[in-house]
Amino acid sequence: MREVYVVGVGMSEWGEIWQKSIRDLFVDAARAAISNAGVDRLDSLYVGCMSGGLFVGQEHIGALMADYLGMRGLPAVRVESACASGGMAFRQAFLEVASGASDVVMASGVEKMTDVSGDGCTDALATAADQEYEVFHGATFPGLYAMMAHAHMARYGTTREMLSAVAAKNHRNGAKNPVAQYPFEITAEAVSKSVMVADPLRILDCSPITDGAAAVIVTTKEVAQKLKRPYIKVLGSAIGTDSIALAQRADITTIKSATIATEKALKMAGKAIGDIRFAEVHDCFTIAEIMVAESIGKFAPGKAGEAILSCETSLEGKFPINPSGGLKSKGHPVGATGVAQIVEVYKQLTGQAENGRQIPKSPTLGMAQNMGGSGASSVVHVLEVAG
Amino acid sequence: MTMFSARNWREYPQRYRLEAVKFKKSGKTYFPPRQVDPETGDTEREMVVLPDTGKILTYTVIRTPGPMFKDLAPYALAIAELTDGTRLMAQVTDCDVDAIKIGMEVRLEFRRVQSEGASGVLSYGYKFVPKWY
Repeated sequence: MREVYVVGVGMSEWGEIWQKSIRDLFVDAARAAISNAGVDRLDSLYVGCMSGGLFVGQEHIGALMADYLGMRGLPAVRVESACASGGMAFRQAFLEVASGASDVVMASGVEKMTDVSGDGCTDALATAADQEYEVFHGATFPGLYAMMAHAHMARYGTTREMLSAVAAKNHRNGAKNPVAQYPFEITAEAVSKSVMVADPLRILDCSPITDGAAAVIVTTKEVAQKLKRPYIKVLGSAIGTDSIALAQRADITTIKSATIATEKALKMAGKAIGDIRFAEVHDCFTIAEIMVAESIGKFAPGKAGEAILSCETSLEGKFPINPSGGLKSKGHPVGATGVAQIVEVYKQLTGQAENGRQIPKSPTLGMAQNMGGSGASSVVHVLEVAG
Repeated sequence: MTMFSARNWREYPQRYRLEAVKFKKSGKTYFPPRQVDPETGDTEREMVVLPDTGKILTYTVIRTPGPMFKDLAPYALAIAELTDGTRLMAQVTDCDVDAIKIGMEVRLEFRRVQSEGASGVLSYGYKFVPKWY
């Protein structure tokens, strides 16, 4: 396989962007990435999108986006793995460049979530769970993560304070992120007092509903060097899966798909988890960040909550998690999230994180973990500073 | 999500009668049934009926439901492990949602799970109730 690099990144506005359609959001991010990288062509396009069909009644996203980007004729395909669609799209771009089939590939993700009502959104998101054996019985996504949270609390003594600390920490980082949907700080106390959604998870434990897109340019070393822009190297890329239904899992206090994907990606990179300096992880709910921080092997089972409480995962800590603000503060346009994680890792590794959000002492190795549903799919990338 | 009748009808053996499969090699039971044992790859299997009692492994109380369950909220949802070791998710009913605990003993009963508006079908299935109830 050829070595693969990321050479430019772009994001649309993130939030409740009433005036922009799914295509406008995509084109904003895609043009920003093309201009940031300085490329004059694309060989192919991957678009991560969880549910254009349910959110805006639009499938066939690949061709549509190529057309509106002004590139009719471009090979373009939409990639879906629920909320991991973006990370999976990035992996497809990685594989296409690694294989030698293409030299300049765009990995992108987009979701337009506010064109449907809250109910429509709940229904669309719920399609990532088992329709016949979870959703049929009234399961919602906060409900599924709430069940994981109760089990984690019962087994390891994880507390409300630990959950609240995740949200407060991510908002502290997101307050410095110019694209964040909720760029302000919240106190742990406010999280603990917010309204209950699905016991024990409260509204401020949940990531929001967001419109947004993100795009990155994936390319070869030769192209990256010629462009004379900062670039990073993709050292490892892997997917893990597990049963989609929570009841079928051997252990619901861990995300096995994240463990599988992390182990494979690290092996491919020739690195250990101890070498990684920071991570963007899929904090769709506060408990998810705690479980993922353990599942990737960074903390022993039941130990991540304490580490987060003691600021070990804060921006200045030993292992910063979600310097971007995470899904919690930055927002979670489901299909775009995995690509936006790569954007943040790129910014951190190339020293371009805005507004004092830069991790101190120039980190050289980071990772991104993006997952679908209640963790039935995970995709992990290990990325290193290059030039 | 609207459930059309064939889609509902297809699930009757599981929703009405708790039919599961037991694989010959591993002796493991899976619910819902599947064609391949995920642990051994075995496809030789027989139909078995699940036991109707077990213990709650974890639960939540849904206070912000999806559109199909608006009238029920707040309602409890749990994963229980049945006496044969199989696990399944269902609502917990006929008890105060705040009284539910991990480890609580429950029994499966036949109940109406969803009732759709205007012209939809009623969907029946199982719910957990306290074992002593």
